[in-house]
Amino acid sequence: MGLQFKTETFRDDFTFSNSPEAIHRFPFPFDSDSYMYSVNIEQHMPGPPKSHVEFPIDIDEHYVAEMQDRAMVLKEDPLRCQALPHMLTAEWDLVELLMESMSKHYPEHFSLTKDGDRWHWVNRPLGIDQRFTFGDTATLPYPPMEYVTRQCQGDFALIDQRNDMLFMDAGMITTQADWSLDFDIGMSWTEWHGPVPLAHDLGIMDRALKFLLNLQQGRPVRRLNWTMTVNPRLDTSPENYHKWGVDRTTVTPENVGDKVHLRVELQALWRLPRSNAIVFSIRCYLIKMSELVTIPKWGRRFPRILKGLPPELAEYKGLTRYRDMTIKYLEQFDDGAPTSPGFFPD
Amino acid sequence: MTTLSDIKSRPIYAGLKVDDMARRHLVAAEGEGALAVIEAFSRAPDALDRTTILYCPAGSAAMGHDTALADLNPDVFHLAPSPQTLLVRLNVMLSTATMGTRLYATGTEGFIGAVIAAALPFGVDHHSIYTEHRGSLARRVQCVHCKGMTENVTATPFTCSHCGLTLFVRDHYSRRLGAFQGVCVDAEEPGVIPPVEELYK
Repeated sequence: MGLQFKTETFRDDFTFSNSPEAIHRFPFPFDSDSYMYSVNIEQHMPGPPKSHVEFPIDIDEHYVAEMQDRAMVLKEDPLRCQALPHMLTAEWDLVELLMESMSKHYPEHFSLTKDGDRWHWVNRPLGIDQRFTFGDTATLPYPPMEYVTRQCQGDFALIDQRNDMLFMDAGMITTQADWSLDFDIGMSWTEWHGPVPLAHDLGIMDRALKFLLNLQQGRPVRRLNWTMTVNPRLDTSPENYHKWGVDRTTVTPENVGDKVHLRVELQALWRLPRSNAIVFSIRCYLIKMSELVTIPKWGRRFPRILKGLPPELAEYKGLTRYRDMTIKYLEQFDDGAPTSPGFFPD
Repeated sequence: MTTLSDIKSRPIYAGLKVDDMARRHLVAAEGEGALAVIEAFSRAPDALDRTTILYCPAGSAAMGHDTALADLNPDVFHLAPSPQTLLVRLNVMLSTATMGTRLYATGTEGFIGAVIAAALPFGVDHHSIYTEHRGSLARRVQCVHCKGMTENVTATPFTCSHCGLTLFVRDHYSRRLGAFQGVCVDAEEPGVIPPVEELYK
């Protein structure tokens, strides 16, 4: 039952694609035919077998290729991984959370054995066998957060809590939807969400903050967020926007099905035991329009969502240039039939 | 048009007032900020013998504000030839500052941002710094691509002084960097540059 890891790329020749199984478990984020911001936070409880939320940390067929892409990003730009000095305890908390979850739920790929503070970590897909002393940074080849997040899908931010406020004080951010860790590190919750349109006035940011300040250990929460990306490019950073921005002009009626991707972030938050910090994981899933429409319910629903999107949101998500072409493509698959409530395929 | 209060990440510069409870007053002022210092401390002359004023005239060199500040007769008055040299001195003073020291910053936004950014590593909470914006609205901008800082940006878009990309100034501010974010304006259509607007004079 081990995963078959794909050989594929998220840059240059863009060979990324989803298997039929990966399409079926895609975290489609719309539970009805219209979309507007909401806090939409729920408990991060185990979901149905084989779904993207079966386990707290989801590892899938793209694991090895995504870790290779992250290594390339970091080689070009080490500033994508930064931590303020007071976050070291939280970094170790993160090592524990990820290694324990990955080894427990994917024992054929990862194992962790502990003898007091002496830990032994084996990552078979990446060929890593590491003995280290938990809490002693000198025993790992990278700082703790960087070490473990080079081996786990998803971006990670470590959030400190003080004076009834959250601060983004560390992170490994290589698959971001157009925000810069280097710019935002050290910012408060309100500051780093500054550029998000509409949500502040809807009171969403204040309510979400209040909720997260009270996040309890052992009771993680999650939400889905979404945007769209031209080409299956993980690194849509502002740092490289001058290189990838032009992608948005390359969509044509002929290539829209393969080029335009729905990009969904499974965002999960855990309270950490030693540091009282919060882990914010942002796990990115990509699906081509031509893959999405193989699920009839999604093929009907997604064009309806895109048509009803407020212009400010379309602009913020960078969809303006190719939204109409995408709607036109998708409408071929919308026969107007009603869709069933909920996210999952029928 | 975006108004100042729309920028959630931008600090609020509440205006200088002298903190009666402070044992020591450490004042960093630039350009027209001298007038804010004079106004605040004229109302609390008893504080002056516990006050250090660091001042660089910058664009206000011809205004004689340095003389007016020296006439306040604070405990220490230091005239710095540039913001950079002022910050060197400020860093040393912060490293030996004791409990009960109140930090003040006034001048252009870029200068205030640089003072706040200098104080953060010493554990000074930015909310505790008394600030007042005076002088031009010019912005300090970091290029998100090459990370280079460009001082005194008065218009958008502008050319990054380091990598040469044409950047628009995003209304997003980092206290740690003391800068706004500059993002390539013609990434999607290279060479298509919108007209320059002088927004931050």
